[in-house]
Amino acid sequence: MEEKVFTSCTQGGPVFVYVKDGKIIRIRPLTFGEDENVPTWTIEAKGKKFSAPKRVALAPYVLAQKARTYAESRIKYPMRRVDFDPNGERHPENRGRSGYVRISWDEALDTVANEIKRIRATYGPEAIASRCSSHHEWGHIGYKFRTWGRFFNLLGFTDIFDNPDSWEGWLWGTAHAYGFWWRLGALEQCDLLEDGLKYSELIIHWCNDPDATGGVYGGQESVIWRFWLKELGKKQIFIDPYFNSTAVTMADKWIAPRPGTDAALAEAIAYVWLKEGTYDKEYISTHTIGFEEFKDYVLGKKDRIPKDPKWAEEKCQIPARVITALAREWASKRTSLAAGTRGAWGGACRAAYGTEWARLAMLLQAMQGLGKPGVSIWGTTTGAPFNADFYFPGYASDGWGMNNLAKKPAINSVTQRIYRLLLPEAILSPPIKWLGEGFCGNSLEQQFIPYVYPEPGKSEVRMLYRYGGSYIGTMTDTNRFVRMYQSPKLEFVVNQEIWWNTETRFADIILPACTNFERNDIGEWANSGGYSHNSSDVCNHRIIVYQKKCIEPLYESKSDYWIFSQLAERLGIKDDFTEGSETEEGWIKKMFDASSLPQYISFEEFKEKGYFVVPIPEDYKPTPSLRWFYEGRECDTSDNNPYKNTEKSKHLGTYSGKIEFVAQSLKKHFPRDKERPPMPRYIPSWEGHETKLAKKYPLQLISPHPRFSFHTHHDTGVKWLTEVPGHRIFKDGYYWRPVRIHPKDAEARGIKHGDIVKLYNDRGAVLCIATVTERIKPGVVHSYESSGIYDPIEPGKPGSIDRGGCINLLTPSRMISKNAPGMANNSCLIEIEKWEG
Amino acid sequence: MPRYGMIIDVTKCNGCYNCFLACKDEFCGNDFPPYSLSQPDTGHYWMKIIEKERGRYPKVKVSYIPIPCMQCDDPSCVKGAHDGEIYQRPDGIVIIDPEKSKGKKGLISTCPYRVIYWNEEKQIPQKCTFCAHLLDNGWKKPRCVEVCPSEALIFGDLDNMESDISKKIKSNHVEFLHPEYGLKEKVLYLGLPKRFVAGSIVLGDKDECGEGVKVTLTGAREKRVTHSDNYGDFEFEGLDSNKSYVLRIDKKGYEPYKVEVKTTTDIYLGDIILKKAYKGKKK
Repeated sequence: MEEKVFTSCTQGGPVFVYVKDGKIIRIRPLTFGEDENVPTWTIEAKGKKFSAPKRVALAPYVLAQKARTYAESRIKYPMRRVDFDPNGERHPENRGRSGYVRISWDEALDTVANEIKRIRATYGPEAIASRCSSHHEWGHIGYKFRTWGRFFNLLGFTDIFDNPDSWEGWLWGTAHAYGFWWRLGALEQCDLLEDGLKYSELIIHWCNDPDATGGVYGGQESVIWRFWLKELGKKQIFIDPYFNSTAVTMADKWIAPRPGTDAALAEAIAYVWLKEGTYDKEYISTHTIGFEEFKDYVLGKKDRIPKDPKWAEEKCQIPARVITALAREWASKRTSLAAGTRGAWGGACRAAYGTEWARLAMLLQAMQGLGKPGVSIWGTTTGAPFNADFYFPGYASDGWGMNNLAKKPAINSVTQRIYRLLLPEAILSPPIKWLGEGFCGNSLEQQFIPYVYPEPGKSEVRMLYRYGGSYIGTMTDTNRFVRMYQSPKLEFVVNQEIWWNTETRFADIILPACTNFERNDIGEWANSGGYSHNSSDVCNHRIIVYQKKCIEPLYESKSDYWIFSQLAERLGIKDDFTEGSETEEGWIKKMFDASSLPQYISFEEFKEKGYFVVPIPEDYKPTPSLRWFYEGRECDTSDNNPYKNTEKSKHLGTYSGKIEFVAQSLKKHFPRDKERPPMPRYIPSWEGHETKLAKKYPLQLISPHPRFSFHTHHDTGVKWLTEVPGHRIFKDGYYWRPVRIHPKDAEARGIKHGDIVKLYNDRGAVLCIATVTERIKPGVVHSYESSGIYDPIEPGKPGSIDRGGCINLLTPSRMISKNAPGMANNSCLIEIEKWEG
Repeated sequence: MPRYGMIIDVTKCNGCYNCFLACKDEFCGNDFPPYSLSQPDTGHYWMKIIEKERGRYPKVKVSYIPIPCMQCDDPSCVKGAHDGEIYQRPDGIVIIDPEKSKGKKGLISTCPYRVIYWNEEKQIPQKCTFCAHLLDNGWKKPRCVEVCPSEALIFGDLDNMESDISKKIKSNHVEFLHPEYGLKEKVLYLGLPKRFVAGSIVLGDKDECGEGVKVTLTGAREKRVTHSDNYGDFEFEGLDSNKSYVLRIDKKGYEPYKVEVKTTTDIYLGDIILKKAYKGKKK
């Protein structure tokens, strides 16, 4: 058979898929024709011209998609746990331990449908909870909010709220200081690439590693932007306990504070500026409120503790003179703070009291006139010139369950909710209470809404339908999830997945889904939409892809749409679910028609070519983020700012409409909260170097987002990736996850480079391979979060030593603070010892 | 007829492994006769990447050095293959014939760069082919070059003076990874890590970073001068290995600082505290 080339899109970029004899032979970046006229843009800075490169730059893991597609870890057939009998003994205690038997699709679907019916009839619709994994595959129709969302919303279910797991402190903290709650606490990013290239003189990456996280979905599109910054002579400083991936090529200076003390460093910087008068006093008086209180606090007027560099030195282990030099340089140059934006939120915000650093970091920029040319909060991964008039929604835009396309919207009739971080407690020890919806994108007050589970008069959850499943790799103190799965209260557990993910082995019935190379879809690269409006500005081009089915579904796997259609049929809701579209194709056409695409290209042409590059208007006029605020104008950016065209169009989304050194929203709702006071400040971590626990567990573990997988995705036995030493290292027949440790700490424990070591604390124990390196601050150890492999030495035993590298078995489940329900993975004390097996 | 070569700019490599993975994608599971049979899923590194860490906390530098087959113009492997198992194409690409080389494990040791790998299953030696099968089909560059996000890999015709690669060679100091092998490699490097000597100057009396302080490095028949930055940091980069130098720090009003260093490794002197010169008594 001849070689055929199909277009597709992934979480890390669009691709050409070469197929021969029904098999994928090659996966290559989507490549423009030599003579193809590809829309571009040009930015002029310092007499140089920079244009969108005529190519796409993929994330590394995308290039291993062939191995991933054909990996041994694919779930090949529908499976039933060997000791699960829906009509007899269910043995929930054996989840995670027992093996599986192959069953037919009919048996699998009948069992799931019958259990759904039984549980709904016995307990009510709220007794079924479900949630799907994030970032598992790309495509507007197949992605979680669409097919999965439509099915469960039509059915009615207890939804599990996600927490903002990557940028906690920015939502629970910074949103109260500058608004942008509609972006979940991240600043609008419009045209900041041009602003940075033209006007910024210094870039400070504060626990920001864009080469590793790529603006979430932007692959490596922004790598070249940082080389442009370098070419223009702009200095880049890295504040991070780890000399990270981006620092390798970009660092002019590395400053490594002790984890949990970043807020103290921020206060000391403010101190220097206050003492030396090197801040924008005019801006402070016109654009902010609460500054005097902040000033008095930092200078130590009341508590007689000046938050000066000497004070911070003791906490951060950064010499006071270096803090002073940093503060002076920051104030003397137009500085962009690279933190708090897509893929660049920073480990310091995923820590105890991470709200405090995230607020202070932004407030430092306010002291330098945030919004002034070159003075922004920009992670260097966003803000490419962007045609926002072209409509193609992101996966989270315009309603769940294809409600923007459907005749009958799918709306969940159940109001009961669970919070992801508390899911184990919800099952094991209800009731549970928490504040806020997790993704609180509708208002600041949304963060204060009290929730209780179970809802009064409502049933507890009896059935869990996991779609994907990575919590053991991604959440905190995740032995909790092992315990939860073994509870008899969960009468039935389903897992629908493509690969054997960390939670798959805890299901009673497993449904094998296919990859998006095995079905049709449509999607725009990097466009998540929703609370990250216009997020595809992390790419050099807006590229919309017709994601063609390249090969038949492998083994007995099926598309998610087919699986849910089959269940819908058995449950009598198929007509509502499909609205006459037997396959994804019907919805793809609806999506095409609803977008701006038909103005430029016919559906047939689009299908034939496989992609469309959105043109940039010739008279494109940049509207840099917050310039309007700085200049006191109405918001003119393409952000989905809800105040636009209202009387508050010059305001930020805070109570005062200004930047708030003392947050009025917090003052009103939690005036006496000492853990997230209205005015931010350094608060010693509840699991940091100053705690008693540090005597027993003296090493601080940081676990940033991984570079060679997308959370757990791509880490479920993808052979080629296991040979990337930053990701996994082969030794004694096993692919271990590396832990980075300083030579001094290694030597003190008799650990040598390449030794298998045990990381442990009271919560668990994980085996890793030691990478002894000068790239980590002494006293700190680093291992990426999100292992896709959970491999307990004693399967099914909560607390068993894990060989897979699930670092989150060790991290604390305690929230950032009492009223800020974020997770604090980077506040984790451990000890390490050589593992003798 | 072109003569293909590659430049690897080490200063631009961010260690993303895209080149390594694209190589896997191209060759794992695919036979491209007569140039190559499929690469095993693991154990082969046709595009090997070495991570080189220099210095010590908190003055650390890291370089990633991608190492494919050097496509030598004077290849020791061709010389070592007595029955024509390894040959050079007219465009300079060195090919191991998968049929003729079968069973000949000894061929892997003909390469001092150690970039020939033994395929246990197929019993053949294998290595990078510059994606010759793709070039034959009109592709402009091998897979590894195509996927590099920072253009650290540049591929082209060394004989065409207008090619990007030729222009780059003309305007830069390119090197062989191991010039001592003398193999006329057609994979050339820019920015290979050398040795550095660095330190951080502190004005002892004020406990301040010593900015703009003159630092002189003398030795190995050269004298270099630099001034410390606003953190008091200074560095001399690109030094040869195993050379002895004298480093001097001079600042008016402070006692001069002098130290002998030898670049057996990269040297970070740490904080150098300058003492205030004692007034009145001159020695």
